[in-house]
Amino acid sequence: MNAPMTDEERFRKENPMSEFLRMERMPHIWCPGCGIGTVVNSFAEALKKSDLDMDKVAVVSGIGCTGRVAGYMKFDSLHTTHGRAIPVATGLKLANPDMKVVVVSGDGDLTGIGGNHFIHAARRNMDITVICVNNFTYGMTGGQVTPTTPTKANASTTPYGNYEYPFSLPFLADACGATYVARWTSLHARNITNSISEALKHKGFSFIEVITPCTTLYARRNRLGDGLDALQYYHDDSEIVHGADTREVDIEFQSKIKMGTFVHREKPTYLEAVNTHYANVIGDEYQLYGKTTPEREAEKKAQEQANQGSK
Amino acid sequence: MRKVAADPKGVDSGSHFMDGDHALAEGALAAGCRFFAGYPITPSTEVAERFAERCPHVGGLFIQMEDEIASIAALIGGAWGGQKVMTVTSGPGFSLMMENIGLAVMTETPMVICNVQRCGPSTGLPTLTAQQDMMQVRWGSQGDYRIIALSPDSPQECFDLAIEAFNLSETYRVPVFIMTDETVGHMHEKVVVPPAEQIEVLDRNWYTGPKEDYRPYDFTGNLPAPMVKAGDGYRFHTTGLTHDERGYPAGSVEVHKKLLDHLIGKIDNNVDKISKTEDSGLGDAEVVVISYGITSRIAAKAIADGRKAGIKVGAMRLITVWPLCENRIREIASKVKGIVVPEINMGQVVLEVERVVGGRCKVISVPHAGGAVHDPEVILDAIKEAVK
Amino acid sequence: MRFGKLKQKTGIVHINKLWCKGCGFCVKYCPTGVLELSKEYNHKGYHPPYVKHADQCRLCKFCEVICPEFTIYVTDEEEENHSA
Repeated sequence: MNAPMTDEERFRKENPMSEFLRMERMPHIWCPGCGIGTVVNSFAEALKKSDLDMDKVAVVSGIGCTGRVAGYMKFDSLHTTHGRAIPVATGLKLANPDMKVVVVSGDGDLTGIGGNHFIHAARRNMDITVICVNNFTYGMTGGQVTPTTPTKANASTTPYGNYEYPFSLPFLADACGATYVARWTSLHARNITNSISEALKHKGFSFIEVITPCTTLYARRNRLGDGLDALQYYHDDSEIVHGADTREVDIEFQSKIKMGTFVHREKPTYLEAVNTHYANVIGDEYQLYGKTTPEREAEKKAQEQANQGSK
Repeated sequence: MRKVAADPKGVDSGSHFMDGDHALAEGALAAGCRFFAGYPITPSTEVAERFAERCPHVGGLFIQMEDEIASIAALIGGAWGGQKVMTVTSGPGFSLMMENIGLAVMTETPMVICNVQRCGPSTGLPTLTAQQDMMQVRWGSQGDYRIIALSPDSPQECFDLAIEAFNLSETYRVPVFIMTDETVGHMHEKVVVPPAEQIEVLDRNWYTGPKEDYRPYDFTGNLPAPMVKAGDGYRFHTTGLTHDERGYPAGSVEVHKKLLDHLIGKIDNNVDKISKTEDSGLGDAEVVVISYGITSRIAAKAIADGRKAGIKVGAMRLITVWPLCENRIREIASKVKGIVVPEINMGQVVLEVERVVGGRCKVISVPHAGGAVHDPEVILDAIKEAVK
Repeated sequence: MRFGKLKQKTGIVHINKLWCKGCGFCVKYCPTGVLELSKEYNHKGYHPPYVKHADQCRLCKFCEVICPEFTIYVTDEEEENHSA
């Protein structure tokens, strides 16, 4: 006999997020007032609105608080080593080009230890979406300084204030060749969703930075209050500047935050470049994983026609 | 697991005159490897070059990553994406790969990693031969685990073992290493590539049951669970954290023990199936030379000279270095006066041989600091010493 | 203003108090002030929100998206009644 469902069980089952989350793993490990959950919600909203086959979506994360996203999301998912989410995602995408591969990871993971991979994936215009949850700190290890920590901010390894110059991630991504670059704060959940929707449709390296509060470490060490205070700051001091010159969107300690879609341009992706190049050099017999380019194109066309027919 | 004939597209059948590095690439292609991520490093680069050249013609993809860390990380993604994957490197690059070798072990991801060994530590003698990474391959990543390491002694064997390595990695869901060296890597010899239908390759053990029942892991301590690939709707999760059968993180002492017992057991319980040696003259031997890779070809000269001088000396060539065939070595040790272990390092595999022999007979190490192969005379002297 | 037959949307807010960590995002950013933090504690020691003005919910679902704990969702009252 089935036992009647408790409220929590019913909630797990009936929550619309149950399509996107491994509900059996809830509640999650993130702190009160943390913004990662909001980013996950916004990502799920974007997936809901997309016409993607959910079986063809993969989530790859590195290490850290945001690194746990892959484990919570109900997709093919890989929780990898520190900094290596992007090369794992690259391998997955290239080995299985039908996949829509999304990397969700933190600022330290993606641009500190994984910085080399970040710049090269952007340079190659690798067809993956990278969502960077930027909370200006290494949360999981206790609030150390990261490559994005604003100068003067306090971190556990800069206990007298940070004296380094931080990365401005949109500028870095843009300079390295990313073809879609956007920034929002975790308060702007609808905008994050819209940007992720655009990024999922975009062909090539898309990068979305989301400024989020780390209440337990960054905010506490810098006496910035709780999650609500962080969102208030985002509310009061953010400004939407679509198409802004990425050289001018750096963030200083508690400064104005410029956000919006900064870069949106078309360029052949890595795989498109590979295929076009070899089709030119080798001709029609060139093939990838058992299929020649004409075969692939015919298949794609048939698929598109089938999709249109079903609509 | 399904045994199939090799895909003829990847098999360049016929007799070739090629070096060990190129033979490795050909072996991988014959085994069905269609995804290669690598980074140039002497003396292994020729493998990558051969693969890059052959790829577009056989339906494969080659990518030169930004470093070795990215290369092996890409293999993990590629394998879960459904491809047979390989990378190749040498000492410094091998060191960079260590962390993600651990991830591959932990996530039970099949892959083949070739290390064309050169002299270390550090940059060392980049263009000269060595066998100095034999312990690193065994223990290099953090934590306790087992891997499989093969050691070819000729370009032909580079080809043969590349296929064997893929088959083993698919069977045991473990990274398999081809620990060759600069000498074999750059040595040109005749390599016979058989017709595709004569090459036996193992297809990945794909899961075919109901989606809701799929578990990416099965901690039996023996053969691992079948695999799925991304995009097939199984929504697998895999992590470097200690995990349960679903692949979900599980931070308990009990789960960790079960996991480790499995990772170690699946190799240890199958040593007899995995391990291969080439033996000669063991029947009447009073001394046995245990060697591997290029050193066994030098040892062969010393052994022949020893026999001429009337010494009853035999040879055991470790084709599989790890896991070590401990029972067989113990058996030999109880029958002979001494075992001689020459290797181009300061004494690595000999440490394990000594442990296994446990005082049953003499064990004589014949070390070499690297950069060249042994002088057969030195090995012969050790044989004479052992028989005393 | 008159909108003919157009009706105001009304939502039903479902709150799972057990996972709530009391961050207050839903209370503060609900545009119609439906929610309030309760005085009661959940088993973690946080004050979860409760629905104070149910009739004010306009089904925008912002609480659902901003909640970092996945512990709120909103359904359409009309659909609920229809399916019930």
